[in-house]
Amino acid sequence: MAIPLAYNFRNLWTRRLTTLLTVSGMALVVFVFASILMLAEGLQKTLIETGSFNNVVFLRKGSNSEVVSGVTRGQASILQTFPEIAMGPRGQKLLSKEIVVLVALNKKGSDKPSNVVLRGMDENSLFLRPQIRLVEGRLPRMGSTEIIVGTNIARRFKDIGIDEKLCCGMRDWRIVGIFDAGNTGFSSEIWGDEDQFMQTFRRSVYSSVIFKLRDSSEFENVKSRIEGDPRLTLEVKRENKYYADQSEIMAKFLRILGISLTIIFSLGAIIGAMITMYSAVANRIAEIGTLRALGFKRRDILIAFLLESLLLGFLGGVLGLFFASFMQLITISTMNFQTFSELAFSFSLNSQIIYMGMAFALIMGFVGGVLPAIRASRMIIVDALRAV
Amino acid sequence: MLILKVLFRNAFRNKLRTGLTLLGITIAILAFGLLRTLIGAWYAGVEASSATRLVTRNSVSIIFPLPHFYKDKIQQVNGVKTVSYGTWFGGVYGEEKNFFANFAIEPRSFLQLYPEFVLPPDEKEAFLKDQKGCVIGKKLAAKFRWKRDDIVTLKGTIFLGNWDFVVRAIYQGRDKDTDESQFFFHWNYLNEIQKKTLPGWTDQVGYYMIGVTRPELAGDVAVAIDRLFKNSLAETLTETEKAFQQGFVAMSGAIVMAIQIVSFVVIFIIMAVVANTMAMTTRERIGEYAILKTLGFGGGHITALIFGESLVITIMGYLLGVAATFPATKIISNELGTYFPVFNIERETLFLNFIAALCIGFVAAIIPTWRAIKIRIADGLRRIG
Repeated sequence: MAIPLAYNFRNLWTRRLTTLLTVSGMALVVFVFASILMLAEGLQKTLIETGSFNNVVFLRKGSNSEVVSGVTRGQASILQTFPEIAMGPRGQKLLSKEIVVLVALNKKGSDKPSNVVLRGMDENSLFLRPQIRLVEGRLPRMGSTEIIVGTNIARRFKDIGIDEKLCCGMRDWRIVGIFDAGNTGFSSEIWGDEDQFMQTFRRSVYSSVIFKLRDSSEFENVKSRIEGDPRLTLEVKRENKYYADQSEIMAKFLRILGISLTIIFSLGAIIGAMITMYSAVANRIAEIGTLRALGFKRRDILIAFLLESLLLGFLGGVLGLFFASFMQLITISTMNFQTFSELAFSFSLNSQIIYMGMAFALIMGFVGGVLPAIRASRMIIVDALRAV
Repeated sequence: MLILKVLFRNAFRNKLRTGLTLLGITIAILAFGLLRTLIGAWYAGVEASSATRLVTRNSVSIIFPLPHFYKDKIQQVNGVKTVSYGTWFGGVYGEEKNFFANFAIEPRSFLQLYPEFVLPPDEKEAFLKDQKGCVIGKKLAAKFRWKRDDIVTLKGTIFLGNWDFVVRAIYQGRDKDTDESQFFFHWNYLNEIQKKTLPGWTDQVGYYMIGVTRPELAGDVAVAIDRLFKNSLAETLTETEKAFQQGFVAMSGAIVMAIQIVSFVVIFIIMAVVANTMAMTTRERIGEYAILKTLGFGGGHITALIFGESLVITIMGYLLGVAATFPATKIISNELGTYFPVFNIERETLFLNFIAALCIGFVAAIIPTWRAIKIRIADGLRRIG
């Protein structure tokens, strides 16, 4: 028969302060571990959700972001003749030629400048991005210097709001609307008429061409056509892949940072658990002797102490994840190294992070408890009973 | 002296527990020190930049170029001594993960403006004479085993194609915080090739670097330069090099903030561990405290005993942790040299570490002390184990 679990619970309760301190140490480790993974996850989720699987993006060969890419008007016209392009509601081809530039705007609060994406759109751009919803104002009229801004820009940057004027490139741009693109990168952008932007920023080429496939499986056809045509020195990617690639370095950086930090921290917490368990064993030598004398086997003692330590880990994990889940309410905004522009994203919790956090907590409990538990199980009955 | 002896004896009565606690503190102090150093590395560019140099960029944002002819106009501004210019090249050697900073610069004025890049005279001569030549930092040379007269090919991400350079010189940093992993080559080389491949994009520079005659003139010169190009096709924004670098750091401020918070979390974690140790220690010795009280020692004495023991443990952990920080920094700076070219331990970090150790020692002792003082003698004596 195994030693009842209630024995462990009661024991943890008797040493409340010690239990609390050990558990809170572990909870902090799990909290940090989960938070950093959530941050990396949030970044990736934001960028992956930005693109859609059926859209394809054309960039200049060798350029990894729209900011440094260039597609000439000639190349864009060739792309327009492709048969794979889906048709829009008005019978038009769903292809948009866009231009992306960065402008430095001042943030609210800190007043520090940060780079923001300015995207020149044409009338098809919004058909290609159904996730974009106008929350305030109206859409800009084509051919005018009117712009709309994403919600994250409106929230974080100074002097951004309906009817405010944004001044760059010797022109005043009137903000006529605020759009929400959910949890995507577009929420951190500013959109306006592409022809106006090209003229203002003296660009003779587009940054990218995007179109929607009429049939998702035709991506390979498009790709091989591009590669076979010497006029098109372009690269093609599915839009979701393009955005996912942009999160790669940053997400990797965050993950490496997170994992190496937590490994160091977890050593601290394991030591905490070990101290607790060793003293739990040391204080209960007589008890252990009694249990053995009553007929409990060495294995039962081992399991009982391991369970107690795992229980500590479990409590730490639950507590840590509980507090980490509140981090989902926080949105942070930072520069993505790869695109050199501002991107807002929030911490995002998924089941995998919960499993990993829990597993991590239990491992900490196990490692911390295994040596003390072995010591407890190896005790000789007579010696143990003699101890005061 | 006697009290110190008592404290040490007490601290090491349970060798295993104290040993584990010491290990925990050592790790925490090490982690805290490394994280602070990491944040320092983030700001290294700001620290190394000078307040007497100005940087002029396009006012829209850094990705927009400025015309090359601005150089002569800037030169005419009162108080300007040297004008140099450069362009971020963004070349990649082999794979993208072999990242290092590479710039096209005007070599003569650049080397004049940046005396912290130290070149041997003959190498400098060779670099100036060869338009395809490049200067690389000592660390970069060591990383890729590049020697003088090697040919290096970079793949352009902004300026397309494969670009060949000849390593003509290897520079050393004059100061400890000079970045020794950069790559510079002739702006003329870039421009000449551009004339052939992309004629519309020639005679553009990314930014101007300006040296002023007297440091106190920097503010006025900046204003004068910006006024000069007001209402032109490319308006400028001039700021000190320090402010310019700070702008870059500020953009990734959220991450620095996160690391900063995390570096304090580790202190809390270890506080919990040490407090735990102290709680267990005092619980075991409640009987002894009762005896001490019976003998006439007051609460002050017991407080001193518990706090002293806690501090003895944390300060020893601090010393061990600091001793481990130095070799650990060395390893990390070898591993992560690509991302953080300058990775030095600051004196302030050691000081903060010490404060942290004291804090841990004090905070950890509070609750156990309170418990030990409050217990009544009779209860204390009655209690077993």
